[in-house]
Amino acid sequence: MSSASTKHQDASIEPLDDTEVLRLRADFPILERSINNSPLVYLDSGATSQKPTCVYEAEQHYYETFNAAVHRGAHSLSVEATDVFEQARTTVAGFIGAAENELVWTSNATEALNLITYSFANASAGMGGEVARRFALGPGDEIVVTELEHHANLIPWQELAFRTGATLKYIPVDEHGALRMDVAGEIIGAATRVLAFTHVSNVLGTITEVPKLVELARSVGALTVLDGCQSVPHLPVNVKALDVDFMAFSGHKMLGPTGIGGLYGRAELLDAMPPFLTGGSMITSVTMEKAEFLPSPMRFEAGTQRIAQTHGLATAVSYLQEVGMGRVAAWEEQLGARMISGLEQIPGVKILGPGRDSVRIGTAPFAVEGVHPHDVGQFLDARGIAVRVGHHCAQPLHRALGVNSSTRASTYIYNTTSDIDSLLNAVNDVRGYFGVGK
Amino acid sequence: MSELDQLYQQIILDHAKVRRGDGLVETAPGTCTGESMQHNPVCGDQIRLRVHMDGATIKDVSWEGDGCSISMASASVLTELAVGIEREEFLGILEEFRELMRSRGTKQGDEEILGDAAAFAGVSKFPARVKCAMLSWVAAEAALLAANS
Repeated sequence: MSSASTKHQDASIEPLDDTEVLRLRADFPILERSINNSPLVYLDSGATSQKPTCVYEAEQHYYETFNAAVHRGAHSLSVEATDVFEQARTTVAGFIGAAENELVWTSNATEALNLITYSFANASAGMGGEVARRFALGPGDEIVVTELEHHANLIPWQELAFRTGATLKYIPVDEHGALRMDVAGEIIGAATRVLAFTHVSNVLGTITEVPKLVELARSVGALTVLDGCQSVPHLPVNVKALDVDFMAFSGHKMLGPTGIGGLYGRAELLDAMPPFLTGGSMITSVTMEKAEFLPSPMRFEAGTQRIAQTHGLATAVSYLQEVGMGRVAAWEEQLGARMISGLEQIPGVKILGPGRDSVRIGTAPFAVEGVHPHDVGQFLDARGIAVRVGHHCAQPLHRALGVNSSTRASTYIYNTTSDIDSLLNAVNDVRGYFGVGK
Repeated sequence: MSELDQLYQQIILDHAKVRRGDGLVETAPGTCTGESMQHNPVCGDQIRLRVHMDGATIKDVSWEGDGCSISMASASVLTELAVGIEREEFLGILEEFRELMRSRGTKQGDEEILGDAAAFAGVSKFPARVKCAMLSWVAAEAALLAANS
C-alpha cells in the first residue's frame, strides 16, 4: 500500500504512515496490553475509541486545579472552571466549523438527537411560542430518515412521529446496503419537514452523499439533521460547508472521554427551539408560575454540566488537530482498503455493503460463510483481536442485507498495517477452526 | 486445552452442525402445546421454541432460530434431553444447567444429569456467551409455563 487511493481525500494530503503511527501509539498505553496471551489488536473504534494519556490527564488536571461549579458564583475557582468549560466549547466548535453558541454539550450523540426530537415535540405541544411554531409537527407532516440509520437516529424520530401524528418515511437501501438515491427525490416531498440521516454508516463505513440530500431537503424547506458519530472522528467535517441545520456527534468515539457529546445547530434555530431538559442554569428569570429561558447553548444545558469531560474532549480535539484530520482520513482510507481487499481474498469471506467503488472510512463489515459472527468474534478475541459483532444497533439495515448480524472491524489513528495483517491472518483460520468449508 | 477449545468442545460444534429439533413442528388442534420466542438483543440471536405435551410428559420439542454455534448447539442438546421426560425432571435439569452457566468456570458439569449439556461447562468462563447458551433453555421454561396455563 505505497500509494494512497484518495477517493474522498485531497490527493495532496500525505497520509500518516506506520512509523508515525507507532510514535502515536506511545500515547495510548492500553494498546500495550496483552489479551489472551496475544498483543491487543484493537479494531473496534467504531464502537468506542481508545484515549491518549493527555485526555485523561486533562480531566485529572481539571479536578486537581480548577474544579468548581461553572456559570455560578463569583469566586476565583468558579471563574477559572467556567473559562476551561467555555474554552473547550470554542475548541470543539472550531473543530467542526461552528460558532461557539452553536454547540450544545450533551452526554452523547443519542442525547443530542433526543434533544432535537423532544424539543420539536414540545413545540408541537404549543410550547415556545410563535417562534417555535416552525418546529411543530402534526398529522400530514413527514419526517424522513434512511434505512442505514443507527437506532439512535431512528427511534427518537419514530417516537416523535407517534407523539405528534406526523408520518415517518425512509429512504431505503438496495440489497447491498447502498442508499437508494434514485428514489430519494420521490420520498422527500412537499410534506417533508425534517430529513435526518447519517454521514457515515456505522455498519458499512460508507459515506452518504450529504450535498445531494441537503439539496433535496432544502428544495422542500425541510430541516436537515446529520448523524456525525462516525464522520467527525475520522474525516475533516465542517458543518457550514455541509450546510446542515443540525449535527450530533459523540466524544468517546473521537479519543475523548465517555459522557460527553455535542449537538451543533444553526444559532437562529437553537435560539427559537423550546428547551428539552429544564432546571438550573438555563433560565433568565423564574417565578412560581413560569420561567424565561436563556439563549442557546445554555438554554439546553440544564443542571451541573460535564465540565471535566468537556476539557478532556477539547484535549482530544487538539490532539487530532495536531495530527491533522486530512492525514487521519487518508491513513484510515488506506487501512480500510487493505482490510477490504485482504478479506475479499479469503475463501468464504464476503464483504457486506456496496462494492469497492463506494467511498468508505476504515471500516470492514464482513460475513464468514458457515460461521456465525459471534463465533468469529470469539475466535478473533482468543488471538487478542477486538472487533464488533452483532447488529451494531442497526437492525433494519441488517434485515435489508438479509442477515441478523455481522462482524465489523474498524480502524483509527493508532492502527498499523500490521494490525490489519493480524486480522487477515486470523480470519483466514476461522473456517478451519469451526470445521467449515473443508 | 485452550479456553477457546474448552468453549467450542467438539460435541458443541457437532450439535451446531446437526441440530436436533430444528424446524418448528405443527401440532394438531387440541393438542397441548406451549411456545416461546426469545431474543438476545445484544447480538441479535433469536429462537422460537415449541413444546408438545402429553400430560406431564414432554412429547416433543421443536424450534427455529438464528444464532451462534453456542446458542444453536444448546437448543439441539436441550431437545435431545427434554423429549420423552416429565416436565418436572426437565426443570430439574434446567436448574442444574443454569447453575453451571453461572459458575464462572468453577463447576464441572454433572454428566449423569446433564448428558451432552455438560460440555457447556467451558461457556461459563465467558460471561458474554452465557446468554447464548441459556437462550433456548429460557425459551423452554417459558414454553412449558405457557403449555401449563
